[in-house]
Amino acid sequence: MDMKKGRGRFIFFCLAPAVLLFAIFLLIPTIDVFRMSLYKWGGYTDNKTFVGLQNFNRLFHSDKFYQTFQNSVLLIVLVTIVTFALALLFASMLTREKLKGQNVLRVIFYIPNILSVVVISAIFSAIYDPNSGLLNSLLKLFRGLQAEPVLWLGDQKMVIFSLAGAMIWQAIGYYMVMYMASMANIPESLYESAGLEGAGRMAQFFQITIPLIWTNIRTTLTFFIISTINMSFLFVMTMTSGGPDGATEVFLSYMYKEAYTNSSYGYGMAIGVIVFLFSFALAGILNAVTRREHLEF
Amino acid sequence: MNTNNRSRRGVSDKLYKGFIYVILIALAILILIPVLWAFMASIKQDSEFYGSPWALPAGMHLQNFADAWLKAKMGSFMLNSVLVTVIALVLLLIVALPASYVLSRFKFRGNGFWNMMFMAGLFINVNYIIVPIFLMLNNGDKMLRGILGHPFLLNNLFVLAVVYAAMALPFTIYLMSGYFKSLPKEFEEAASVDGAGYFRTMVQVIMPMAKPSIVTVILFNFLSYWNEYIISMTLLTKPTLKTLPVGLMNLMAAQKSAVQYGQMYAGLVLVMLPTLIIYILVQKKLTQGMTMGGLKG
Repeated sequence: MDMKKGRGRFIFFCLAPAVLLFAIFLLIPTIDVFRMSLYKWGGYTDNKTFVGLQNFNRLFHSDKFYQTFQNSVLLIVLVTIVTFALALLFASMLTREKLKGQNVLRVIFYIPNILSVVVISAIFSAIYDPNSGLLNSLLKLFRGLQAEPVLWLGDQKMVIFSLAGAMIWQAIGYYMVMYMASMANIPESLYESAGLEGAGRMAQFFQITIPLIWTNIRTTLTFFIISTINMSFLFVMTMTSGGPDGATEVFLSYMYKEAYTNSSYGYGMAIGVIVFLFSFALAGILNAVTRREHLEF
Repeated sequence: MNTNNRSRRGVSDKLYKGFIYVILIALAILILIPVLWAFMASIKQDSEFYGSPWALPAGMHLQNFADAWLKAKMGSFMLNSVLVTVIALVLLLIVALPASYVLSRFKFRGNGFWNMMFMAGLFINVNYIIVPIFLMLNNGDKMLRGILGHPFLLNNLFVLAVVYAAMALPFTIYLMSGYFKSLPKEFEEAASVDGAGYFRTMVQVIMPMAKPSIVTVILFNFLSYWNEYIISMTLLTKPTLKTLPVGLMNLMAAQKSAVQYGQMYAGLVLVMLPTLIIYILVQKKLTQGMTMGGLKG
């Protein structure tokens, strides 16, 4: 009896701090996002008025939001496709072929993943600088010294691709290491027998490697959506702050700005709700589309 | 015929291998150059930034580091960063270790519920909820001003560390529970026979065995705490309390108007050097841990 009481107390004291922190800093704020999206609220005053879905209505009639939406979706699609394809290809090259210096290469590819986004933004701002940047000075070799500098971050049409470049640079190593880990589990004998039957590298890649790591590929597709939405926010905040003229405004940067600069917290939170629902729906669709029969090896 | 075929295949194999080497090394260079270039720029004099960005520095201009450390206050920002990171890591371990232990090895009412809650927490992203967290702390401060006479929650390094610890809870509990589940039951039984209570069993028997997962948790969260800047930027508005990445962002903004390139790159090196050193020391563990956890923040 006494033992049992001690057990209950032990469990309580072990769990209580974690539950408390979780509730205060994760659970309540998450509920707050949804709740606040129904209010019109300046934030600093206590004048909160319940407006129902009015914030959402305003959102769907805002050109600014559609531009933001467009930018975000473009980044999600572009960054996902390029990073995914390159990471998969490089990972299979590194695991399939016996190369010298494999480990060194792997270590190098992972470096961007350990740097702060602020550091990466600072470096890429220097690379993209129109006059003294690395990229334009390299281009001068091909375009001649008199050529007009390319405004990588200043040109409204160009800037989103410049941003995507930095994001791909940052993400590629992470997914590579991930794919390499799952490729390493595929038994060598499968490739050997396929090789004996005359299957070339391409056939092996598409008929052995891809099907066998399919589960892993599906999981990473969800990561791609979630992390591109988050990372694009961080990159935009540090590199362009949405400019020039809204050309790089993305979901969460728009939310953050509406909430702080404009002090319309309710409206900002409505954006958050839409983005949250959008990313969940997108992940669900991708999950359904990529469903295949599970293969064992 | 047969030998001819084989030798032809040998040649194309070699060509293919060479091709792979070229591609992989090109990617490695593409990743390394921006990082190394930033190191190089950090020892250039401001006047050197007007020529070709590819030019090697004329000498070791270490004054940049002194300027960044003292004039730009990166030294005191570094102290803030160290403090926040260490406090957050200690807090996280104190809270997450017992919770994961209890959740993974005890059967009690609510166990399934809390396990599910923390799992769901994996999907909550800080970028969505930073606005409600800020408002909550701001409101708390307003209340405290009435009671204590001064605000306490915003502009407080310790509170920032608490928020950091809370953010990392779901992933940390997920990782550690998985590890605890793999331990055999006999350890607790033996400890119980020897007369140790629950608490003693946890501290003296289980925790020493959890070392590998503790190391993984520390490594991962060190990187994210050290590099974090959105929460820090939002919750610490006082200039003296900034963390390194936020300080670096200010330097980036200042560089645009005052042309202090050298100082900015020195500051940048100060942010990334600790992570690079730790990465090189533990890179094997880090990539292993990543595939063990299989999730990105």
